[in-house]
Amino acid sequence: MLSHDIIRFMPTIVPAPSDSPVDRTSRLTAGVSEYSRMGYWQPDYVPQSSDILCAFRITPQPGVDPVEAAAAVAGESSTATWTVVWTDRLTDFRRYQAKAYRCESISGRPGEYLAYIAYDLDLFEEGSIANLTSSIIGNVFGFKALAALRLEDMRIPAIYAKTFQGPAHGIVVERELLSKFGRPLLGATVKPKLGLSARNYGRVVYEALRGGLDFTKDDENINSQPFMRWRERFLYCIEAVERAQARSGEIKGHYMNVTAADMEAMYERAEFAREIGSNIIMIDLTVGYTAMQSMAKWARRSGLILHLHRAGHSTFTRQKTHGVSFRVLAKWCRLLGVDHIHAGTVVGKLEGDPATTKGYYRTLRDDVVEADPRIGLYFDQDWASLPGCMPVASGGIHAGQMHQLLDLLGEDVVLQFGGGTIGHPDGIAAGATANRVALEAMILARNEGRDIVAEGPRILSAAAASCGPLARALDIWKDISFEYTSTDTPDVVATPTPA
Amino acid sequence: MRITQGTFSFLPDLSDEQIGRQIQYALDRGWAISIEHTDDPHPRNTYWEMFGQPHFDLRDAAVVLREMTTAREEHPRRYIRVSAYDARYGRQTTALSFIVQRPPHEPGFRLDRQQGPGRTERFALHAYAADRPADERYGD
Repeated sequence: MLSHDIIRFMPTIVPAPSDSPVDRTSRLTAGVSEYSRMGYWQPDYVPQSSDILCAFRITPQPGVDPVEAAAAVAGESSTATWTVVWTDRLTDFRRYQAKAYRCESISGRPGEYLAYIAYDLDLFEEGSIANLTSSIIGNVFGFKALAALRLEDMRIPAIYAKTFQGPAHGIVVERELLSKFGRPLLGATVKPKLGLSARNYGRVVYEALRGGLDFTKDDENINSQPFMRWRERFLYCIEAVERAQARSGEIKGHYMNVTAADMEAMYERAEFAREIGSNIIMIDLTVGYTAMQSMAKWARRSGLILHLHRAGHSTFTRQKTHGVSFRVLAKWCRLLGVDHIHAGTVVGKLEGDPATTKGYYRTLRDDVVEADPRIGLYFDQDWASLPGCMPVASGGIHAGQMHQLLDLLGEDVVLQFGGGTIGHPDGIAAGATANRVALEAMILARNEGRDIVAEGPRILSAAAASCGPLARALDIWKDISFEYTSTDTPDVVATPTPA
Repeated sequence: MRITQGTFSFLPDLSDEQIGRQIQYALDRGWAISIEHTDDPHPRNTYWEMFGQPHFDLRDAAVVLREMTTAREEHPRRYIRVSAYDARYGRQTTALSFIVQRPPHEPGFRLDRQQGPGRTERFALHAYAADRPADERYGD
């Protein structure tokens, strides 16, 4: 563009006289303008199928108009800055502006509003979660006019989803390479989390796998500490895996956590895991989106399953009024390409409302997910054949809950019983056997058409009649439950329909 | 040893009646059923021998049970499994797969090790039965 063109497009940068009202009808006037009048509020806008749509829960500061707040979120997460800039006129700014197109109060939640905002696809780099998140949650969460802000859901248009690799293998390929069908997979995290030497650690892996689990797992904070360096752990664990395979004739695995301080170290650990014959590695969410995406590419090219531990997520996913919902994080992780992700247990020790958790599981597993406010899903989501991501249920669950777990979480899930395996009074292998027998008995009963929720305890005790370890497990953990009110629940409550 | 491949290997062996109910569950969902057998139970042995073609569009489990009986008669000392396949878009994979016959004696596996540099080891799973020629592995 020639310089005289630029001059012609320049707005008049003259402050309005103090005795006359500021003209805010035009977004071209210099000064601080209301976002809603600058094009960021467009109640008539019809979202396009290629738009990225976001549902934000906004809590405006006292005296701030909710529509203005919604427009400010749209503005601050797209083109706006706090004042008018003439350089906007050098662009087709109407395309680049995010548009708040709906803003409604939330019943039962005074002071909170749901704002729907549409973003043009042009605003985002193809296949980059780093760019997507920098754009949408980059700045706006600290905006002073808002007391709190939460990204509740995001509709990823299929055309954008297709710019991502997606899960390195996905549920179907994982099951086929493990040759395990028709039941949830079983795992356990090695405990104690910290302090075991590599040789002792491998003992836990061997016992748990030979007893009947499919997987064992490093915990999120097991990386390469002085008491156990990563290479030692990998060597003992792969021996344990191979020995357990020979004992059972089944494929087994241990999630080798390759989380490290830099990418070079992560690649080194991952390559070593591959060389010694591991079929799965793991990473922590704390490594960041770009590192996760790099490891997902590595995992696909190397043929190893990629497990993600969502370490740290509750710092921003748990509170209902501020942060990012886990359902959004789940979408980002499916796009960037992990095969496994922890997604809640409902009945265990960690946060997880049943309805909300169901929404997470659908988001991770299904190809087309329909909006359903009762389970916290605000938008339809078409994954356009991106593979499904296997949810992992871990934290405070035991064999006595098998009927509830199967009913709530379904079949395509890894059920991880850490304490519920290693804490068994007759030993780790007995704990593993108890879990496996409980699971198979429940699947058998469900397939026979029995009502597993109602008859669950009876089905378990019948199975325990021919399995001592299960009988012991049911006996010692029968009273363990974690009944606390969830902080993150859907606004819309499902009304039970009369039978 | 007892090979624990398949959905129900940790339970006592299923009766034909129980097997029939599992097959019926699969048929009610529109899944196809196949019967396969092998004398090489290595967990990475993907392709067991097909006993006839898979059954599509069946309604009655009795048909599969009859075929299973024939398979047992023809291969009394082999592993036999029944698998159900879900062709629904998004799945298109096996939905259920379980062993319905085992050899009278399962000798299991030996773990071979080859030592490498830096204390690494290369492992190989070796089925004792596979030392013998096919068809003689379980004493036929």
